[in-house]
Amino acid sequence: MADAPDTRPMTLVQAVNDALDVALSQDPRVLLFGEDVGMGGVFRVSDGLQGKHGEARVFDTPLAEAGIVGYGIGLALAGMRPVAEIQFAGFLYPALDQVLSHLGRYRHRTRGRFTVPMVIRAPYGGGVHTPEQHADSPEAVLTQAPGVKVVIPSDPMRAKGLLLAAIEDPDPVFFLEAIKLYRSVKAEVPSGHYTLELGRARVARAGDAATLVTYGGMVEVCLKAAEVAAREGVELEVIDLETLAPFDAATVMASVEKTGRAVVVYEARKIGGFGAEVAARIAEETVWSLQAPVLRVAGWDAPYPPFSAIEHHYRPDARRVLEAVRKVLAA
Amino acid sequence: MEPLRFIAEDGARADPFPLSPEELTRGYREVVRARVFDERALTLQRQGKLSVYPPYKGQEAAQVGAALALDPGDWLVPSYRETAAALACGLSMSQAILYWRADPAGWRYPDDLRVLPFYIPIATQLLHAVGVASAGRYQGEDWVALTFIGDGGSSEGDFHEALNFAAVFQAPMVMVVQNNGWAISVPTEKQMRNPRIADRAAGYGIPGVVVDGNDLAAVWHVTREAVARARAGEGPTLIEAVTYRVGPHTSSDDPGRYRSADAGAAWLARDPVSRLRAALEGLGVWDDAREEALRAEIAEEFAAAVREADAAPEPEPQQIVEQVFETMTPDARAAWEVLRRG
Repeated sequence: MADAPDTRPMTLVQAVNDALDVALSQDPRVLLFGEDVGMGGVFRVSDGLQGKHGEARVFDTPLAEAGIVGYGIGLALAGMRPVAEIQFAGFLYPALDQVLSHLGRYRHRTRGRFTVPMVIRAPYGGGVHTPEQHADSPEAVLTQAPGVKVVIPSDPMRAKGLLLAAIEDPDPVFFLEAIKLYRSVKAEVPSGHYTLELGRARVARAGDAATLVTYGGMVEVCLKAAEVAAREGVELEVIDLETLAPFDAATVMASVEKTGRAVVVYEARKIGGFGAEVAARIAEETVWSLQAPVLRVAGWDAPYPPFSAIEHHYRPDARRVLEAVRKVLAA
Repeated sequence: MEPLRFIAEDGARADPFPLSPEELTRGYREVVRARVFDERALTLQRQGKLSVYPPYKGQEAAQVGAALALDPGDWLVPSYRETAAALACGLSMSQAILYWRADPAGWRYPDDLRVLPFYIPIATQLLHAVGVASAGRYQGEDWVALTFIGDGGSSEGDFHEALNFAAVFQAPMVMVVQNNGWAISVPTEKQMRNPRIADRAAGYGIPGVVVDGNDLAAVWHVTREAVARARAGEGPTLIEAVTYRVGPHTSSDDPGRYRSADAGAAWLARDPVSRLRAALEGLGVWDDAREEALRAEIAEEFAAAVREADAAPEPEPQQIVEQVFETMTPDARAAWEVLRRG
């Protein structure tokens, strides 16, 4: 046995592929399906998995999102561990009846008799000049579905561990993968099986001047903003939520109680976005430790723009995050 | 395509006839049981002892006939109208009463019962039935999933997606459409251009059968054949059971607002219960004494079920936040404490 840590550099796409491969290898109940999944998927996330695990377990479905989710619910009810892919989070909407009416309700309405241990993966978010409708961030809609967990990883190592935890979870989990992160970063990822606990936020960078609360594709934006601030002697704390639902209030509140200032950063439309929930929770639970209003940096009150040349003005960047930081520090 | 029929309205049996006298007797027993439950449940509702209740009077044969075609180990995936099918599959009357009382004690079915709960969102459960059906093949099980929908539900996208998924995956699923003429107040002719729902099966490349839904023998027979095909790996079947919703959509509905009192009068002559009794009498295996004994037995079953349901523990407020996830979240735990204090 070599003593060297058993890791490999991977993109987020490769890490998700690796997690799926591990899950398919270790549990015969795991099935992987969706549109174009057989040939590897439009982002190559399922590359090679059909060849390795067979067409019965890794398969294409008809082009129908409600069908994909509803079929998966049925598989899960009767003993399987389905992992469904929705090709883009913005294509999820035909399936919202299945998501909101059924996915997270079975355990509750059968008082535990029937459960839906299912994972629905979807690429989400902008930043890579995708066509119209391909860059949506519908996570707030999903957190409104009772009984459904919502997980959004921010790097390859965490994506693999969180996805394996999601597949092993006894309840339904939405697993959103930031398209912007799919190939933009490579990081060391342990091989084989490991899991990271769902329902826990983490301190991605420690600091004392103000707290940036964020998740998914905005974590790297906030870390970049924190680096710039550090050059001016301002140490920002970055909280990566990782799991939006259930919400880890304790980690967020501990940070805000320490810094007294909070900026919530997310790329979905600002109004009614998940950041609104975070800001409200901070107001409810730790308003007396605040020395400035909680600010949000998020998408504008408009559809995610399909206009490539100006699209980058929609998605928050480090500059906009730092503007908000200056405001809360000045208060 | 004319609906397949084995028992005429006067009870005359076709020859050959697909059911044995024992099967016909068993079917009659379940049909009467369903009828009694429905009538008394509606009365309970009027007395304030049930929540909103969707009656199925006139549709007993369509539901019971299909349900009896299942073997132990098969699955039932009903819409909200299928209490009769659920009872025939083994749901107890007391559980059904508690379910329609909207009491959490009624919402956890026994672990060995492969009956999924009633569904309110229209046609969404059909996709679950396809998934349940396919799941058996991965586990070395040969179970079949039987699911129900109505004529109105056949307009939903999930109806189409379920049939297409079932066809593409050759899922061992049988879908029964109870074409009962009405989607609340909208008649079938305003719901679809081609009122022969079974015709749509051709569009999915699967068998479609239309059957007299008020003829228990016909429904049982075609469903049994469809179940056998499904179990043998020959894929799904779409069955259209032509029937009539004699009563209101639910206990909250007043059909007088949208259809005349004598609408469907012809259907009373096609009543599935009296037709079946006539067939049994024609076989010489039924008489008034047997009828009286059966009615008394079922009346006692219902009365006992009411007593059992009434003895269920009062629901407690904290049950609201139980069973959301396997492990209670910190937020749910806090809410549980608040609710428990009342």
